Amino acid sequence: MPTLTIDGIEVEVEPGTTVLQAAEQAGIEIPRFCYHERLSIAGNCRMCLVEVSPGPPKPAASCALPAGDGMEVKTNTEKVKKFREGVMEFLLINHPLDCPVCDQGGECDLQDQSVAYGEGASRYKEKRRIVEEKYMGPLIRTIMTRCIHCTRCVRFADEVAGVPSLGAIGRGENMQITTYKEQAFASELSGNVVDLCPVGALTSKPYTFKARPWELKNTETIDVHDALGSNIRIDSRGRAVMRALPRIHEEVNEEWISDKTRHAVDGLAKNRLDRPYVKKDGKLQQATWAKAFEVIAKKLKGLDGKQIAGIVGDLCDAESMYAMNTLLKSLGGSVECRQDGSKIGAKHRSGYLFNSGVTGIDEADACLLIGSNPRLESPVLNARLRQRWLTRQCKVANVGPEVDITYKIEQLGDSATILQDILDGKNEFAEVLKSAEKPMLILGQGALNRDDSLVILKLAHDIAEKYGLVTDEWNGFNVLHTAASRVAALDMGLVTDAGIEGILSGAESGDIKVVYNLGADEFDTSRLKKAFVIYQGSHGDEGVRHADVVLPGVAYTEKPATYLNTEGRVQTAQRAIFGPGEAREDWTIFRALSEVLGQSLPFDNIAELRASMANDYPQFAIIDQKPNAEWADFGVAGKVSKDGFKLAITDFYGTNPIARSSETMDECRAAMNGTNQSEGATGTDG
Amino acid sequence: MSVNVKDADKFEFNRKNLEWTKTQLAKYPENRKESCVMPFLHRAQEQNNGWVSVPVMEYIADLLEMPYIRVHEVATFYSMYNLKPVGKKVIEVCTTTPCWLRGSDDVVKACKDELGIGFGETTSDGEFTLLEVECAGACVNAPVIAYAEEYYEDLDEDSTRAFIKTLKAGKTPNPGPQNGRFKSCPLGGPTTLKDMAPADAEFGREK
Repeated sequence: MPTLTIDGIEVEVEPGTTVLQAAEQAGIEIPRFCYHERLSIAGNCRMCLVEVSPGPPKPAASCALPAGDGMEVKTNTEKVKKFREGVMEFLLINHPLDCPVCDQGGECDLQDQSVAYGEGASRYKEKRRIVEEKYMGPLIRTIMTRCIHCTRCVRFADEVAGVPSLGAIGRGENMQITTYKEQAFASELSGNVVDLCPVGALTSKPYTFKARPWELKNTETIDVHDALGSNIRIDSRGRAVMRALPRIHEEVNEEWISDKTRHAVDGLAKNRLDRPYVKKDGKLQQATWAKAFEVIAKKLKGLDGKQIAGIVGDLCDAESMYAMNTLLKSLGGSVECRQDGSKIGAKHRSGYLFNSGVTGIDEADACLLIGSNPRLESPVLNARLRQRWLTRQCKVANVGPEVDITYKIEQLGDSATILQDILDGKNEFAEVLKSAEKPMLILGQGALNRDDSLVILKLAHDIAEKYGLVTDEWNGFNVLHTAASRVAALDMGLVTDAGIEGILSGAESGDIKVVYNLGADEFDTSRLKKAFVIYQGSHGDEGVRHADVVLPGVAYTEKPATYLNTEGRVQTAQRAIFGPGEAREDWTIFRALSEVLGQSLPFDNIAELRASMANDYPQFAIIDQKPNAEWADFGVAGKVSKDGFKLAITDFYGTNPIARSSETMDECRAAMNGTNQSEGATGTDG
Repeated sequence: MSVNVKDADKFEFNRKNLEWTKTQLAKYPENRKESCVMPFLHRAQEQNNGWVSVPVMEYIADLLEMPYIRVHEVATFYSMYNLKPVGKKVIEVCTTTPCWLRGSDDVVKACKDELGIGFGETTSDGEFTLLEVECAGACVNAPVIAYAEEYYEDLDEDSTRAFIKTLKAGKTPNPGPQNGRFKSCPLGGPTTLKDMAPADAEFGREK
């Protein structure tokens, strides 16, 4: 291991470490623009110049210089100061000094480093270059005159997003960053280039001129738009969420988030339920909380428990589901969490978790996708799988519809019978799984919403056992959920024997009289017409269409809550802002209602609720750890139909009420669908 | 730097060129096909009347399994790829320092006068295109014009006018120095090393 001295500090580093990384280990910061630890090294901004000996007596770019044994690096000399001033001056030649009207102002690398390392004045009096703006889609605003050509965005598009449509055209003074023929950057991760851009060349289009960083309150919380549980920071001002940014969590989302996570937040201010409603004369009319509770109490009175059913939606937090379940159970009712018709059982934890964990992807050497399109179901997880695929050490195959997941995978076919073939060793991918050291499979929701899903589950289980996907220290049986609430709900056993279909047909036949819907908007609610429907949620979406009572709950940014991601990792979200109008945190609504119903829930604050929940389900108290669920036998042996898979997500930009309320998501849908068209085409013809 | 996207003429290599692509692809490993992008673009430019259109880039990208933007980057990086239609005769005038010191301004003036166009322009009859190029690498015979894969060297205003008039007449001028020099030997014969060993004395001497 090479040992080198940086500013007199001796540091021993792994072979292959660069001088810049070594300096970081020694606690010395070297300024940089183009270098980014998650992207390849470009070495084109020259900001990281240092003095190195032995070597030629000239500045060396530390980001691209491998640390060598016995190297002596200096970053604090007069010479280095001059290097940096020189580079800064060059960078600022063509960079407009428009910080006061630039959205990056206050959180700009160039601004900060210019203050820290620049000379303070320019000697440049000649003409500056002007670059015309480029269209990059509805999320990225470009002011290309500010671009310093670090090519971080190009490398991100190429290496992480896997949508290589960004590039640097022209050369020298005429070099410009653009998308191919100025089409939209059609990646579900496109918003991340805004974070990567060290200057104000790429800024967030929906957030243009909305706020300054120092006016914002930052709340560290958890995302609910997919089941990955990305760590995010909500920036709010007053009672408005201004934007969502990623937080670094190496084991979950690294530092990326999907465009939906980032930009659906404008949907938080639209279509909101801000007061209770009660149906009167066939129309929903505003009511007080007391009135709404009274109507519910009247309706529930004398009902048998079997006539009461609860449905929980995709965005629900553990606390509200726990409160709902406790309340409905006390009335004799039951709660169902699989509104998408999934057949997955709640009995064995290893049967519904992403057992290998997200970090397991980094070690996997074979991966079988079953009925899943991870690009849409969890773009950040897909980027991680792609990173693994890029190392050429992991073969990825797909059983399901042929989809473009941004890298080349082996398409085995679109039929569940292929799984039987793999199990019987008749498919050549069986050999790959067998010879792999850490093979994994990813079971998507598309494989779980069929009539023969339990058989598929069994096949996947058997494949896992037969081909060594499950060993003492490795479990490669993975279920990729799409609903943020699902794992917590399954942990609490919120499943009914007949599933959502049982509730819907029960409501049609009149067997089920009351349906309590907690934020479930992704099924055909018209089938609930005959039943008395209580809808509790944050948005006026599909769920309120046939509701008799509407109770305003709050969205994920407005409550302290617990979410379990697809791995079963427990993460705690914080309240960033308060809900609108009379909306209340969901568990408090159940608590208040229980009082009216004479079934008072045994907790008065969230700490008591959490203690009670942890008492019932101990795993909820273990924060931010990937659980190791015990391997079990699950699924039902039988024969699968040879039908193809129906993927769970076809419209990435509209999977939940928040996203559907978001105008930005509508724009994305229009723009991204139009990307395969020639220039001038709009989204509507795509 | 934007590319004329309105041009939608489909492009495909003709049979001869397609045959030729195989010889190029054979030079590189299967998974390093992208290495062929520059010769392919060059050959495609020849076939496509001297310029690289968007369909050309996309065709080559598909052929080499590259993202379109990567071919676009290469094509815009090198000034040798013409990104808009050119005339039948492309005249490339070098104006880099050695040529400029040796009077390329006069050469440029002669070209512009004779053709009535500026750099980057094409005559209205579609015959001539005038381009300014960076160092052609023939500084020893500066100033230079490159035309039809030949160099026309040691030009001055008059010889440039004569050169263009010959072209206009439909004839091909003699390539090489236009002032009577032999290759890059000194004008008017050697000035040093005149007395060589008899056996070498005739070497390189113009008769």
